[in-house]
Amino acid sequence: MSEFLQQLVNGVTWGSVYALIALGYTMVYGILRLINFAHGDVYMLGAFFAYFASRALGAATDPNPGKALLVLVISMLAAGAVGIVIERFAYKPVRKSSRLSALITAIGVSLLLENGGILVFGSDPKFFPQIITARNIPLGLGVTISNQQIIILVVSLALMFALRFIVLQTRVGKAMRAVSYNPTAAALMGISVDRIVTFTFMLGSMLAAAAGVLVALQNPKIEPLMGIMPGLKAFVAAVLGGIGNIPGAVLGGLVMGIAEVMVVGYVSPTYRDAIAFVLLIVILLVRPAGILGKATAEKV
Amino acid sequence: MKHVLGIVVSLGVLVALDIVLPRLLNPYLFQVLVLCGINVILAVSLNLVNGFTGQFSIGHAGFMAIGAYGSAMFSLEIGQRWVTTLGALGVPPVIAQGAALLVALLAGGALAAVAGYLVGLPSLRLRGDYLAIVTLGFGEIIRVVILNVDAIGAARGLPGIPGWVNFFWVGFWVLIVIVVSRRLAASTHGRALFAIRDDEVAAEALGVDTTSYKVLAFVMGAFFAGVAGGLFAHYLSYLNPNSFTFLKSIEVIAMVVLGGMGSISGAVMAAVLLTLAPELLRPVKDYRMVIYSLMLIVLMITRPGGLMGSREIGWPRFLRRAKAEHA
Amino acid sequence: MTSRLLSRLAALAALGFALAGCGGSGSKNEIVIGEYGSLTGNDATFGQSTKNGVELAYQELVANKQGKIGGLPVRIVSEDDQGKAEEAATVVQKLLNQDRVVTVIGEVASSRSLAAAPACQAAQVPMISPSSTNPKVTLVGDYIFRMCFIDPFQGTVMAKFAAQNLKLKKVAILKDVKSDYSVGLTQFFTESFTALGGSVITEQAFSAGDQDFRAQLTAIKAKHPDAIYIPGYYTEVGLIARQARELGLTCPLLGGDGWESDQLIQIGGDALNGAYYSNHFAVDNPDPRLQEFLGRYKAKYGNEPDAIGGLAYDAANVLFQALQKLSETDPETFAGFSSAKAGTDARKAAEKKLRDLIATTTGYPGVTGTITLDENRNAAKPAMVIAIKGGKKVYDSTINP
Repeated sequence: MSEFLQQLVNGVTWGSVYALIALGYTMVYGILRLINFAHGDVYMLGAFFAYFASRALGAATDPNPGKALLVLVISMLAAGAVGIVIERFAYKPVRKSSRLSALITAIGVSLLLENGGILVFGSDPKFFPQIITARNIPLGLGVTISNQQIIILVVSLALMFALRFIVLQTRVGKAMRAVSYNPTAAALMGISVDRIVTFTFMLGSMLAAAAGVLVALQNPKIEPLMGIMPGLKAFVAAVLGGIGNIPGAVLGGLVMGIAEVMVVGYVSPTYRDAIAFVLLIVILLVRPAGILGKATAEKV
Repeated sequence: MKHVLGIVVSLGVLVALDIVLPRLLNPYLFQVLVLCGINVILAVSLNLVNGFTGQFSIGHAGFMAIGAYGSAMFSLEIGQRWVTTLGALGVPPVIAQGAALLVALLAGGALAAVAGYLVGLPSLRLRGDYLAIVTLGFGEIIRVVILNVDAIGAARGLPGIPGWVNFFWVGFWVLIVIVVSRRLAASTHGRALFAIRDDEVAAEALGVDTTSYKVLAFVMGAFFAGVAGGLFAHYLSYLNPNSFTFLKSIEVIAMVVLGGMGSISGAVMAAVLLTLAPELLRPVKDYRMVIYSLMLIVLMITRPGGLMGSREIGWPRFLRRAKAEHA
Repeated sequence: MTSRLLSRLAALAALGFALAGCGGSGSKNEIVIGEYGSLTGNDATFGQSTKNGVELAYQELVANKQGKIGGLPVRIVSEDDQGKAEEAATVVQKLLNQDRVVTVIGEVASSRSLAAAPACQAAQVPMISPSSTNPKVTLVGDYIFRMCFIDPFQGTVMAKFAAQNLKLKKVAILKDVKSDYSVGLTQFFTESFTALGGSVITEQAFSAGDQDFRAQLTAIKAKHPDAIYIPGYYTEVGLIARQARELGLTCPLLGGDGWESDQLIQIGGDALNGAYYSNHFAVDNPDPRLQEFLGRYKAKYGNEPDAIGGLAYDAANVLFQALQKLSETDPETFAGFSSAKAGTDARKAAEKKLRDLIATTTGYPGVTGTITLDENRNAAKPAMVIAIKGGKKVYDSTINP
């Protein structure tokens, strides 16, 4: 029983990471109908920005929560900037082209970030410094949780609530929702679609970067290709929950994280990567709109 | 009559090249040539699915993997024994190995085709982006399953596959895939595929059985990808699941996109170019992938049609006829 | 119509090959030696140590003999296989066919050695692996050698240490399914440990490159082992150790020579305290040959070598010595090693003689111990058990074959 609970804790932790990344995917897809393949790589960049920030600030030699928070903020802002640049130079020109062209462009950007990362950072894994001293907290029943896992859960929740607040309670959020319903009508209402798209990309990238930093805290090995799998899995999570649906992304992320950890723990660790795709195929065959999604009719 | 002559001449040229080339080129360059051929088969076969039918599949590496492992296991278990028996009967090794290789390739291709059918049938209900991700998913699932089957080497790879591939067989299959594609493009079936690509709903409304045709394209594409995989296995003599990740699928997509989706000659040229380029760029091989990715992006922004658009090299007659019909 | 396409293809190809040049290195009069390893990738220190060890030996050749053996200058070509088996096969092909090397030194990881060895055997060019320990490597053929012990021995070493020195009864194993080394070592350890009266209570798996092992460790924790045997490579071992401690596993961790890297403790940190692993040498071994080598290595590279650097150094020197011997006893055949003679029968004859000479290496005074190759071209050497205490590697004991 305690093994199951421990696996559950691990699963929920991973699930919140996937949820953070999935949020970015779902927001961009909701507005642009584009699968931003490069999103997983922004997650990777977030981890690397944080790595360099930590070293610059000396956060490892003198770990304290203030510096760690600063590292997180720096990384998020830098990644947000990257998101804006990507959108402006790669995605905007293909917005009017076919979706296939946009998808290939996204793949191109993803490859560029990965291989650019290899070029700039080197392909050897780097080890993220311990900017928060690790402590294990036994929860009873033989389950332990590390303070890093707690931080992941808390920060993820905080960011998700922040996003929800932005989307539901602010004007920008209203504009975002309007653009995702119908860009033409939104434009007619005086909303600058371009600006909203840019803002959405920025938000999504910031969340992905945060996910990257949180993961690096717990799993200190970072390398330029670390974003591929989590990116794909997070996309599957977004589809699982209903693409375009923000609570759906969170739900999908949690389901994905728990399913994965359970399969690794109880079935076989070498099937880890396949689970995401099996889930994807099942959901697309059974309920293509996702758990919380609404089926939309295709207009001819 | 014309056809038979064409076939005999082509086969003759292949045999001649097969004898001459290994003497002219050192094994490293020969390897590059063989890899060119394999990539051409992959690109042209993917072109059937992506280019002709407009179905965005990014799981091609998975079919290649099935063909590779399938044909390898066939050769290791059955084919090798045939060769030794035939050898004992006095059949020259070139013929015996060639025959065994042919059967192994067909077996691998057939296995891949079955996989193509199984993947195609459920997925082809989906459109565009979703289809792309599902095919990606299937490709990954295939790779992960291979990683877990100890009997075929699992994560450590499968060594010791008989190296029966020579230039003749690579050239042979390159010719076959090109001829089949061209024949298909010129036929009514090809017409149906193009219709599906251009406007699926309209095609369906006009009575084209879109599902069957999409599955057909998938199965054919998978078959040839499987053959390419078999050639790969029997050339390298060693298989590792890492050769079949979705990065490989993306490489093949890059070839089809660069050549121009729907253009066979474009796919051929792009495949050759993209196989030679990394070898030529070995001194700056660190930049190879960065250049690849930049190329994809720039291409999509400036010239989504690729090198050839959907045109082909050298059939003015064919083109004129196609244009007349389109207009 | 097909002939037109064929002719266009041929034209394109011809252009390509013309650009690529006729291939092959020039016909200079020199001896080219190839070395391959994982300079980048997950276990990058393996490749770097190999390269450094070989280079140090070469530097000394330059200092003592102007870098020449038998009058011919020696040149080392290094290739990076990025830690991938397919890439190892490709770069060795390049070394054999483009650079026309006389011998290949490499690799550290058994999987990569296994991928490349068939090419060397087929080309009848000797390959000397500094530290691949899986027995299958030298079984590929008689041109494949290694400078180290093999895993049936290494598995027994740790099994003995666990059963007799640490008096452990129940061990869990966490193996890397991607590596022949790990899978083989698991098997040998299990056989020996059960023969000594212990039991392997569970076997979990991971893949090299994985970052999260909590699921497997949680399953292991549920079985309450006395120790966990982790026959993997240092990057994953470091992460596993950390996560094990985080999950509350306090038992000792055991391992093999795949742990050997100066990055191990950097990655694993304090989590590795109380761990033991079997290795090819111990830095605090007072053997004067070893200490002197450590000094020279440190002077050149700034940090202490690991066992792989030492083994690569020995491999290079064994090779140089064999070449030297051939040049003295049979200068005519030796002349076949010149790169001008690549691909000729003279080269083939020279390679055969070289192979025979390397195979008879007996009592060679290496820095990693005395090297004598047996009939399977493996070295029979004692293993050192290294303990990790207070964040440092400390020599614990020697176990002889």
